[in-house]
Amino acid sequence: MTTLNATIAEAVRPVSGPSGHYRFTGVLRSEWTKLRSVRSTTWSLFATIILTVGIGVLATATVAAHWQHLGPDFRLTFDPVRQSLTGLLFGQLSLGVLGVLVVSAEYGTGTIRATLAAAPKRTQVLAAKVAVFGAVALVISELLMFATFFIGQLILSGSAPDATVGQPGVLRAVVGGGIYLTILALLAMGLASIIRHTAGAISAFVFLLLIVPLVLQALPSSIVNAVGKYVPANIGATVTSTSGVGSFEGHNSFSPWEGLVVLAIYALVALVLGGWLMVRRDA
Amino acid sequence: MIEARSLTKRYGETVAVDDLSFDVCPGQVTGFLGPNGSGKSTTMRMIMGLDSPNSGRVTINGRRYHDLPWPLREVGALLEAKSIHPGRTAFNHLLALAQTNDISPSRVEEVIEIVGLTSVAHKRAGKFSLGMGQRLGIAAALLGDPGVLLFDEPVNGLDPEGIRWVRTLLQSLAAEDRTVLVSSHLMSEMALTAEHLVVIGRGKLIADTSVTSFIAGSTHQFVRVRTPETDALTSALLGAGAAVVPGVDGSLSVTGLAAADIGDLAARHSVTLHELATQCGSLEEAFMELTAESVEFHGEATMHPAKTTAGAAR
Repeated sequence: MTTLNATIAEAVRPVSGPSGHYRFTGVLRSEWTKLRSVRSTTWSLFATIILTVGIGVLATATVAAHWQHLGPDFRLTFDPVRQSLTGLLFGQLSLGVLGVLVVSAEYGTGTIRATLAAAPKRTQVLAAKVAVFGAVALVISELLMFATFFIGQLILSGSAPDATVGQPGVLRAVVGGGIYLTILALLAMGLASIIRHTAGAISAFVFLLLIVPLVLQALPSSIVNAVGKYVPANIGATVTSTSGVGSFEGHNSFSPWEGLVVLAIYALVALVLGGWLMVRRDA
Repeated sequence: MIEARSLTKRYGETVAVDDLSFDVCPGQVTGFLGPNGSGKSTTMRMIMGLDSPNSGRVTINGRRYHDLPWPLREVGALLEAKSIHPGRTAFNHLLALAQTNDISPSRVEEVIEIVGLTSVAHKRAGKFSLGMGQRLGIAAALLGDPGVLLFDEPVNGLDPEGIRWVRTLLQSLAAEDRTVLVSSHLMSEMALTAEHLVVIGRGKLIADTSVTSFIAGSTHQFVRVRTPETDALTSALLGAGAAVVPGVDGSLSVTGLAAADIGDLAARHSVTLHELATQCGSLEEAFMELTAESVEFHGEATMHPAKTTAGAAR
């Protein structure tokens, strides 16, 4: 009993109480701890790296091996940069899944209640998540884009046309690819903060990225011309091409930077709506 | 000090908490008692600002939870067991919480030691038993050394030693003039731990009183009688205006007549008595009695023989 009371006395020793108010920097550090302390982060980032670089290597190696046998149309429109960045189509999914998990896992596990008890300003919590995961996603995405670009060009060189960073549009395509990935990851966070369920948010994200373009292909040309440029996948195709033209040649598309702004608006709308709902709903 | 004023929370048609007002004062353990589904957890979540009431307000030391400058340094809460990411270690879970309120990592180590989880501090919480999860939740509540503590069903999943540990912890915290609110659906546990009771049923306040006056106020006395001639005595008792409830063990629970009158009555009818004893209802029964109408879901009705007065103090 005496030892117990001793430990309790220890428990209640005052923690030096700073003046003022808990701060955003503390919430940021907390979010960083949460992000780095679960396996899903490691696994999703690992999957993103393997998929992006791996598919990039496959895509460029196939072209390099068969260049002599490829048709004149393909050769004429061949874009060595976009070819080397093909893995982005898969990497965007795993990075998006992680973006979803960063938010939805808190709801799925009930951690959100502990989080909001420690930091009751809810929009601040969401902002901290966006800042921390956004920074991680940007760094990973840019590293990946440059890595898969350089590896791809190395594979292409000699047997097929390759590109260098100095050529027009190349740096923009590579850097833009990283920004595209990052914005998609933030969009995934926004969807998760609206939907709050992992499976639901991932479904919505996949629907937006993969199903919407398929649906669009089934629609008449006039509609595609009008709305096709708003589809995230088409924005991605435009951004990662050196010419800055979308995948649906002959149809309207945004310029690469315009496309990224449109995409950023999607993410912002999702996050603002998610933040607004977070404040309104019971945790 | 927690002050709840006219708290009301509706989920669609259902009223989970209905015009609930009470104070929780420092220096004593306040038991928050009610049957399952009576609105205890909802009320605690409203205190923590996690759920917002449809009307009414609740403040901690005069402030809404949302307005506390350093929430974890003022309020510690064990809300639900295992509201922890199963893939995160106990240490990292607590560290992430500590960082929001500028609490040092050494304090994290300290609370882990206090709750006895040092050996598993770097194990993933998904592997924890219910009891270990509870201890981790209690560690989180103690992190900021707060003056106000909320514990929702803290002894759930704990072994007897753990239950005693929690009881001693709660009482020590209250002895240091902290405000301690502990919810439970077990009256017997509250009888041992709390000094004050806030009892609710179907979201409504039923009682807000000290444990002693709660027992005194709602205990009903009855007389237990045992006789080989049950039928003869029963008809005599009924004739004398008493109410008789046959117990499962063959005894009779009699209300409406004192033990002495029953003895006289038996003598007049030449009925042999094997036992004649005045009984007090236990705290548990007082609670059951009070909340009987307000229990959300009734199990199959069974008559429980009353415990003796000694049982109430157990």
